[in-house]
Amino acid sequence: MRNSRKMKTIKLLAILFISTLTFTACNDEEDHDDHDDHDHEEELITTATYTLTDGTNTITLTFQDLDGEGGNPGTTTVSGPLMANTTYTGSMSLLNETESPAEDITTEVQAESAEHEFFYTTTVSGLTITKTDQDSNGDPFGLATSLTTTGAGTGTITIVLKHEPTKPNNGTAAGAGGETDIEVTFNVTVQ
Amino acid sequence: MQKAILFFAIVFGLNQQASAQECKYTLKGTVKDFHNNASLVGATVLVLNSNQFAETNEQGYFELKNLCGKVVLEIRHISCETKKLRLNITGPTYKDIFLEHHLEELSEVVVTSSSKSEATSIEKTISKRTLENFSDRSLGDALSTISGVSTLNTGNSIVKPIIQGLHSSRLLIINNNVRLFDQEWGDEHAPNIDINASGRINIIKGANTLKYGSDAIGGLILISPPRFSRIDSIFGSTLTSFNSNGNGGLVNSEIVKTNKNGFYTRVQANYKRFGDFNTPDYNLTNTGLRSINTSISLGKNSFEKGYNVFYSFVNNKFGILRSAHVGNVNDLVIAINNSRPATIDPFSYDINFPRQSITHHLAKVDGYKRIKDFGKISLQYDFQLNRRKEFDVRRGGRSNIPVVDLELITNSLLADVTIDQFDNLEVNSGILLRYQNNNAVAGTGVRPLIPDFNKYEFGLYGTMNYNLNDNSEISAGFRYDYAHISATKRYNLTDWNETYNYDELFPEFETGTSSFTSILTRPEFTFHNFSSSLGYIKNFDNDLSLVFNYGLASRMPNPSEMFSDGLHHSTARIEIGRLTLTKEIANNFSLSIEKKGADFGFSINPYYKNIDGFIQLIPIGTTTTIRGAYPVWEYNQVNARIFGLDFDLNKRITDAFSYQGSLSLLRGDNLTDNLPLINMPATNFTNRLSYFNEGFNQLTVSIVQRTVFEQTRFPDYTFFSFNPVTQQNVFVDLSSTPPTYTLFGLQSSMIFKAFDKGNIKFEFNVDNLFNVAYREHLNRLRFFADELGRNINFKIKINY
Repeated sequence: MRNSRKMKTIKLLAILFISTLTFTACNDEEDHDDHDDHDHEEELITTATYTLTDGTNTITLTFQDLDGEGGNPGTTTVSGPLMANTTYTGSMSLLNETESPAEDITTEVQAESAEHEFFYTTTVSGLTITKTDQDSNGDPFGLATSLTTTGAGTGTITIVLKHEPTKPNNGTAAGAGGETDIEVTFNVTVQ
Repeated sequence: MQKAILFFAIVFGLNQQASAQECKYTLKGTVKDFHNNASLVGATVLVLNSNQFAETNEQGYFELKNLCGKVVLEIRHISCETKKLRLNITGPTYKDIFLEHHLEELSEVVVTSSSKSEATSIEKTISKRTLENFSDRSLGDALSTISGVSTLNTGNSIVKPIIQGLHSSRLLIINNNVRLFDQEWGDEHAPNIDINASGRINIIKGANTLKYGSDAIGGLILISPPRFSRIDSIFGSTLTSFNSNGNGGLVNSEIVKTNKNGFYTRVQANYKRFGDFNTPDYNLTNTGLRSINTSISLGKNSFEKGYNVFYSFVNNKFGILRSAHVGNVNDLVIAINNSRPATIDPFSYDINFPRQSITHHLAKVDGYKRIKDFGKISLQYDFQLNRRKEFDVRRGGRSNIPVVDLELITNSLLADVTIDQFDNLEVNSGILLRYQNNNAVAGTGVRPLIPDFNKYEFGLYGTMNYNLNDNSEISAGFRYDYAHISATKRYNLTDWNETYNYDELFPEFETGTSSFTSILTRPEFTFHNFSSSLGYIKNFDNDLSLVFNYGLASRMPNPSEMFSDGLHHSTARIEIGRLTLTKEIANNFSLSIEKKGADFGFSINPYYKNIDGFIQLIPIGTTTTIRGAYPVWEYNQVNARIFGLDFDLNKRITDAFSYQGSLSLLRGDNLTDNLPLINMPATNFTNRLSYFNEGFNQLTVSIVQRTVFEQTRFPDYTFFSFNPVTQQNVFVDLSSTPPTYTLFGLQSSMIFKAFDKGNIKFEFNVDNLFNVAYREHLNRLRFFADELGRNINFKIKINY
């Protein structure tokens, strides 16, 4: 009697053990089928392009890192030199090119303009960049800019996109707080 | 005395067949409290070599018939230290037996209050009373009252225990005889334990307990359920706690029904809620927490056989300091250089982002049976489901989608045999089978840091305990563990081929599936772990004893150490694991000289650990991404050495006043690079002066002082990073440690007899009495904010 009861308990435990084993194993299989879902880096920004145009000429500054963090490092491309004593209209565009067709992140950022702000700094003397647009609260945003050059020179332009910065702020990326979504630097020449 | 004529209660039937040789003498006696001579009800008196036993009645009286010659008695009672006694029965015998039973009366951990899980282990106990003090805090907070135990924190609610410098996968947490698997590998993954469900916690320092695994390099945290007397009773308690810091508290209720036949049921549940905590100077925005816990246990226990069923559910939601969420290395440097967090909002109960939400289910069934002239057989099955979600500040309305979503399922089957029929020898052996499945739940929109994996384990162990003579024992053990893990993970193609060179090291893991930027792999590893232990205890007069332990433990790398590769959002760093990591092998030597006693007691515990292939996560520099430079932390392996000393002292000054002190010294070295080890606890000491007046409603007042010194021995992994915005090289100091701090606390309690069968206990406590602003180097958020300011706590516990 007693022995058979013990056997029952052992059997029950064994069944429990095995059933959960198979249950989880099956689960596992299913999961592997839609495994590609893991590869969707939804928030990834692979490409940041700053387009400058003075009405006739267009210059693009592009940062591209198609495999995201790790792997191959990103590359920067500047299509050509800027002209001295010229005012350019600037616009930023952000893409996720791991998707096909490429996902336009710019619209996502624009939709949340009150929670984002672009900051532009440069080491080229006499070069100024001013934000010409505003977010939904009327604070500076920076998707659209105006870039003015004076004399010739070389240096860098650094573009920072902050997520959830303090707004309004003192106009610097460091003073705005928040979290950096983009920080890219381009070597530029003004001639 | 009426004892002799009172009928005695022997709850289950005696075995009387064992009297082949003319055994007809009767042993009578009482079991009493060593300290106040009070009779102990429900103590078991067991004749080890004949499977005969009795239980004491309400007067502490017991009687055993048909004995003769040499017998070994084992006397057990709830929360007492089990005692063994040798008698030579040559005629009718009467014996008064004394047990240490003051554990329940003292509200603190004292050296004397040990009820060890093994005779030769070096361990400390936290009683139910102390746990109640921490009812609205975490397991780690409660454990850190013990010398040699510190905590690794992420803020103030995510608290991981560190024993003698080691934490995470190097500590085994055993909850109700079930090894906890709750993704303990991460620094910010706190153990999912509700301390209100437990009756007692034992900390076993060092690697000497083999029953639960071969990888307890740092030690073991043994959480035991409360034990109940076999009487017909129904009782319960409700505890309410309120705290000024965080404006929150806890309500915990439990109800227990016990039966004379050994049947018991216990239901316990609590709800805990806190809003934002605060430092002396500012509010810690988004640090609230919410926790719902419940446990149900039932079973039937007798000496001969029994079963237990246990289920517990833990649901924790922890807010993480808003300002700790940073982007690239420049954001981090700005945060480090600011003395205050960037975001300080008014107090709120809201838990926004970042936050963690964790549920843990644990269910187990066990049964045991004693077999005459043999020992005890037990069988246990347990199931655990751990689901961890981490939420972050995300773009495009995705904040409500977790960035980390992992589900870990663990099944274990454990069979254990104890042979205790011999006079001086006890043998324990068992087998473990375990299956684990981790699922990186799809839909996060983020490449998972921990991949899907299946893990199979098999363990086999045997230990023996031998009484050399009346006052010394020796123990030895061996354990073998087999583990096989197979994972499915997508790697960045360039990282796989070039950065890590895995295409040449592990071509067999490639599945042939790859895309433009990634490759699908199935890494598989098999580990064979061996561990062994040796223990010796010698008891001298005056309650003095000497314990020596040696332990060999080995640990396979955990999934995070092997597979991490990429941005860990919640820590704002890129973490890189290595498939090339091998197992850690530790040799532990530990010595303890202990004197027990309520009047004067101490323990001195020096230890030395040598760990080959010690896996550590260290900052190595930055990598450039579209977000700018990101700090990179990498797992590497070094040979390490940790040695130190834990010291405890307790002394009764007068009848009312008593003193307790403890000191922990530790030094950790990375022998490979000739550097100090990262994240080692600094020297710290605690003094406590207590006043106790039993006549005045058991009034207890204690003043506690705790000092933690500045950790001056740390490896310097600082580096420079170029900030293109400011055009400067910035110093990224992730290494230097905050200064020494001293905190004072006040604890007081009174118990009132409120009604017939129950009482009410009031507690009034103050933490950080002088509202000191300080930072602790083992808090991962030390770069962003101070620790908590003063907290006033008020508790009411009603026992009914």
